[in-house]
Amino acid sequence: MDGLDLEIPEAQITVILGQSGSGKSVILKHIIGLMTPDGGEIFINDTDITKLNERELNEIRKQFGMLFQDAALFDSMTVGENVAFPLVEHTRLPKKEIRRIVEEKLKQVGLEGATQKMPSELSGGMRKRAGLARAIALDPKIILFDEPITGLDPIMSDAIDALIMDTQRQTRATCVVITHNIASTFKIAHNIAMLYEGKIIEFGNPDRIRNSGHPFVKRFIRQEAPGKCPN
Amino acid sequence: MVKFLEYAGRPFVGILEEFGRVMLLFLSATVWAFRRPFRFRVVFKQMETVGVNSLTVVLITAVSSGMVLALQSYYGFRMFGGEGLVGATVALSLTREIGPVFTALMVTGRAGSAMAAEIGTMRVKEQIDALYAMSVNPVQFLVMPRVFAGILMLPLLTIVADFVGIAGGYFVGVQLLDINSGIFMARIYEMVTMDDIFNGLIKSACFGLILSVVSCYKGFYTTGGAEGVGRAATQAVVISTVSIFISDFFLTAVMF
Repeated sequence: MDGLDLEIPEAQITVILGQSGSGKSVILKHIIGLMTPDGGEIFINDTDITKLNERELNEIRKQFGMLFQDAALFDSMTVGENVAFPLVEHTRLPKKEIRRIVEEKLKQVGLEGATQKMPSELSGGMRKRAGLARAIALDPKIILFDEPITGLDPIMSDAIDALIMDTQRQTRATCVVITHNIASTFKIAHNIAMLYEGKIIEFGNPDRIRNSGHPFVKRFIRQEAPGKCPN
Repeated sequence: MVKFLEYAGRPFVGILEEFGRVMLLFLSATVWAFRRPFRFRVVFKQMETVGVNSLTVVLITAVSSGMVLALQSYYGFRMFGGEGLVGATVALSLTREIGPVFTALMVTGRAGSAMAAEIGTMRVKEQIDALYAMSVNPVQFLVMPRVFAGILMLPLLTIVADFVGIAGGYFVGVQLLDINSGIFMARIYEMVTMDDIFNGLIKSACFGLILSVVSCYKGFYTTGGAEGVGRAATQAVVISTVSIFISDFFLTAVMF
């Protein structure tokens, strides 16, 4: 990252688009405080999270849900226990209520009946769904998606895209998706931020990105062979 | 000359640095042990993994050690008619050394490697990041229960090992080698003190601490995918084993 400046609008889906290895995941990890920047500020609403101690940061993190690239479900727990995990940790809800929420969230992502399954029994797409159910268990205001469709077949990718849009519509959450998939980006994004060499070189709605004059953006959208950008 | 010293000293600096990081992880686990929430279920689960699940290997190791010790010392003592001391020799060796050390080695091989591999896998599969992202401190959730289980379960396993080891020695000495049962037991009562047993248990608690902290450390800082997880598990076993032997010398020097 080098002089990166990005403002993410509330209650919309913002996609951060960039090449593999361009630092997209790093941005996401900074947003949720898994990494601290060498310099600069990161504001979540009005709080600069770079100045918080761990306890304060944990309070902020409770507003977040995050879907990791490989879903990061806990292998030793069932799908139901995974989805219940944030509820058990951060609420005092009775077991019955937790069970009800878990079933509701699993239904929301199309995984009803998978409560007793172990993560190792699930396909890639199902793992992502379960990961999303866990991410939205606490009804977060902000949901982060780390390469949600990487490694999935086109049909499953489409289903996950639809799921992201549905989830955002239902929860009105601020969603940040990082990906390098153009088709998926134009399908789901309200806003697109184009990352190149540690900077956001273009930001705006899909039309603005489509009509961008920036040579790298043009090349990326046309999916031309990677290479050094002329300017 | 300076260059040579730099070159020769690099491994030692590396070892000291790593030791420092292990201590920091231990301190962090200690601090987190006293903070809410207290996850008793997670702690009990680890006590089961470290203690109950290691019981079989510890039993087999202890009973064979007791039997071999009885056989070997019998041949030595027979030369000067001291067969009656076999019981005391077996009991002293077991309570002071073999019980704590062998138990710790078996638990390192079974549970220590599993700790490093499990936490290491969680690291490379971003599950530790997921814990942070869900506002759960992974040291409190993963490391603290394992260290607690190590410190608590090792002495309990050692008590069992001492007991079955002596029983194995009794079986060989009295049943197979015809040592008088009364003398066998009397010498044990005469020569083994409660201090021997307690010091052995303190040792085993220290070993439990070492093996769990080292194994968790190796898992927690795993890098490099599946290969890294394998490396972490191997290193956890090697470093724990060596540390157990080295600390055993110092603990013995201080205690006995």
